[in-house]
Amino acid sequence: MASKQLLALSGVSKEFPGVKALNNVSFDLNEGEVHAIVGENGAGKSTLMKILSGIYKKDSGEITYKGKSVSIPNPFEAQKLGISIIHQELNLMPHLTVAENIFIGREDLLPGGVFLANKKQVQAAIELLKELELNLNPNDIVGELTIAKQQMVEIAKAVSYRGSVIIMDEPTSSLTPAETDALFKIIGTLKAAGKGVVYISHRLEELEKITDRITVLRDGEYVKTLKTTETDIPEIISLMVGRKVEQDQRPENRTIGSEIVLRVEGLSDPKLLKDVSFELRKGEILGFAGLMGAGRTELARAIMGADPKSAGKVYLHGKEVKIKQPSDAVAAGIGYLSEDRKRYGLLLIQDITFNVILSSIPRFSNKFGFLKVKSAAGIARDSIAQLRVRTPSERQFLKNLSGGNQQKVVIAKWLTRDCDVLIFDEPTRGIDVGAKDEIYRLLTKLAEEGKSIIMISSELPEVLRLSDRIAVMCDGRLTGIIDNKDANQKIIMELATKFSSNVISAN
Amino acid sequence: MSDVAKKANQAEGSNKVMAFVRREIGRVTALASLVVIFAFFTIMRPVFASWANVSGGILMSTTVIGLLAIGVTFVIITGGIDLSVGTMMALVAVITGKTVMAMNLNVWQGILLGMVVGTLLGAVNGILITVLRLPPFIATLATMKGAQGLALIVSDLKPILFTTDVKGWDAIAQGNIIPNFPNAVFILLLAAVVASVILNKTVLGRYTFAIGSNTEATKLSGVKVDRWLVAIYALCGLFVGLAAVVMTSRLGSAQPDLGLGYELEAIAAVIIGGTSLLGGKGTISGTIIGALIMSVLINGLRILELQQEWQYVVVGIVILLAVYGDNVRRRRAGESTH
Repeated sequence: MASKQLLALSGVSKEFPGVKALNNVSFDLNEGEVHAIVGENGAGKSTLMKILSGIYKKDSGEITYKGKSVSIPNPFEAQKLGISIIHQELNLMPHLTVAENIFIGREDLLPGGVFLANKKQVQAAIELLKELELNLNPNDIVGELTIAKQQMVEIAKAVSYRGSVIIMDEPTSSLTPAETDALFKIIGTLKAAGKGVVYISHRLEELEKITDRITVLRDGEYVKTLKTTETDIPEIISLMVGRKVEQDQRPENRTIGSEIVLRVEGLSDPKLLKDVSFELRKGEILGFAGLMGAGRTELARAIMGADPKSAGKVYLHGKEVKIKQPSDAVAAGIGYLSEDRKRYGLLLIQDITFNVILSSIPRFSNKFGFLKVKSAAGIARDSIAQLRVRTPSERQFLKNLSGGNQQKVVIAKWLTRDCDVLIFDEPTRGIDVGAKDEIYRLLTKLAEEGKSIIMISSELPEVLRLSDRIAVMCDGRLTGIIDNKDANQKIIMELATKFSSNVISAN
Repeated sequence: MSDVAKKANQAEGSNKVMAFVRREIGRVTALASLVVIFAFFTIMRPVFASWANVSGGILMSTTVIGLLAIGVTFVIITGGIDLSVGTMMALVAVITGKTVMAMNLNVWQGILLGMVVGTLLGAVNGILITVLRLPPFIATLATMKGAQGLALIVSDLKPILFTTDVKGWDAIAQGNIIPNFPNAVFILLLAAVVASVILNKTVLGRYTFAIGSNTEATKLSGVKVDRWLVAIYALCGLFVGLAAVVMTSRLGSAQPDLGLGYELEAIAAVIIGGTSLLGGKGTISGTIIGALIMSVLINGLRILELQQEWQYVVVGIVILLAVYGDNVRRRRAGESTH
């Protein structure tokens, strides 16, 4: 293609405390081109996008836009240059009309400068929508439109800035196949108009349909840029996963009891989960892998009774348990350690003792409802010693502890409750490398002591290192459960990208 | 002991004091303010500090607001709010008054009845909030208006007189079990001690703090948050019932139209006392100090013969200063602010 270059990044790096999110990454985009960026969770896609759209500032490297070196210090500047981004989570005002949303912040005023020039705005919207061949009424209230149509509004808004580059982050994640096709047609229109589209998607099969080139990132590093016509999905997956596969650490061969502790049968929820069934044995670590939004956290919350189920049964030790709210699950012996500790796990403004006994307060009180303060402090001190929580005393407030130590306190809470089944959701998120190893050892030790553990993790090496078996989810469905010895990153990634179109072969 | 060791010991001692002051800074500041305000009025008008004024004027006028504020403290620590305590108190008063008259109950039965009715009405708030999932502000705004109307309906718009019919009803508040110490003040102190024990030593108190610190995390830890919330609002109602009993005893009658506006004074006392509107933090002693600050102010300003309308303005400024000071302190400590 002999088209002009719109955008080029060279040697871009970005470091967060303790993490190199992007290291010397290069990328370029031509007029009339759709260029995909792919990679595993944490490969650096969203960091790159955020640098392009001015949300993050790069540490080093150069960005060239239409042949000129530019800096993008904030989102406003990005928009002024002509770089628009459509986030996965749409950013529209649901109570305003299509036209109002498109021109938000740039409203025309009637002479006098007080009143809005509504007619003029609607007319401008009509012209824009016609130009993009979008079937939308500018006077419709955005909140009443389908997600697909709302996305069209976002696209119209992005184009209305008359920019040349449009970044789309997972645009098809909540679209039906028909809506996806409609979106692809719109992308075609944009291409024909000479716009450049940066397309980010986990759905690899889509890339063949609409992209011209594909750039693969892994662990913040640039891997390769391929022409779509000269590659295929297996090659992309192996590039995404890399060669580190052989060096993975695996669990020692543990003997796992035959007793089935937890059985989930046909679990569905109203939004995402479809017919999920699995078994968990005594002393087993069952890893749950999948891409963001695959439904793993939703599954955990549905099992816990934190969110409603639309179908499905949960059995503990062979007996069905009715779980309507989290207290039912906890009473049955299931504990959940959320990926978002601060929001769903901890009382940050309270001390360690309070947090450790939170799930077991009745045990630490007499029959008149008075707390046994001494035995509570005792168990907190025991937990601190056992889990090696670094703190001056059990009276320390949680907000003053590091992420790793906060996580240990959450674990202590559930150990104090003595649950049989523990669901760890991203147990090492936001925890530094040293503390990670400690958490790994702790999980293994818990399993050896006979706890049954579900471990949700987006880090494949972590899943492979700890899990006896690995369950993989995609789009709310379980696409496979494999023994650790049969698993590798490539197989997991294939299962994790088995979207409905090719699901039939999954089981 | 070597000099170095002595110094280290002293330093540790003062560190402990400092740590205490830092931890309890909200209450320490509130108490210090109370002392300063009290000293100011005493210097301006020595009669202010006379026992007659302190017990009959300041303490006595703190009792009703103080009892309401104790109940509201529990609710606010959960991160909620109760706007209905004022008019609920009027409703409890007229229901108790009517029933005591109709059934010829004695004083003790009357007191018990008031507390039970208050508890039930409080539970209604809790049920509206948890079952209908209404925000506490809305639910208690509705029950505030509802109770206001019902108090007038039940009483047929007329005050219900106690003194002539029920022997000893006026002694509930105005008698002196301890010489020179009005019973109402004694009840307030007793209620404060009991509430403080409940808040700090019992399961219910612990869940009150847990819910206010992080409702979601508490729920996911297996706590039946909804049930405990109903219990907490009911407990608030119990103190409202007690306030109604003290109120009727002081006035010798149940006034159906008296109570509106008390809820805001009670909330103000709680906030001045350092309890966080965001939930998770608060003390009963702080609330009592807060209630005292307000009645000391009102009483002192009255003795200085400041006009009523200016008294309101001063109280408004004090609330602003109290919350602003608290925010400044929190911001320095890197905590969330109002």
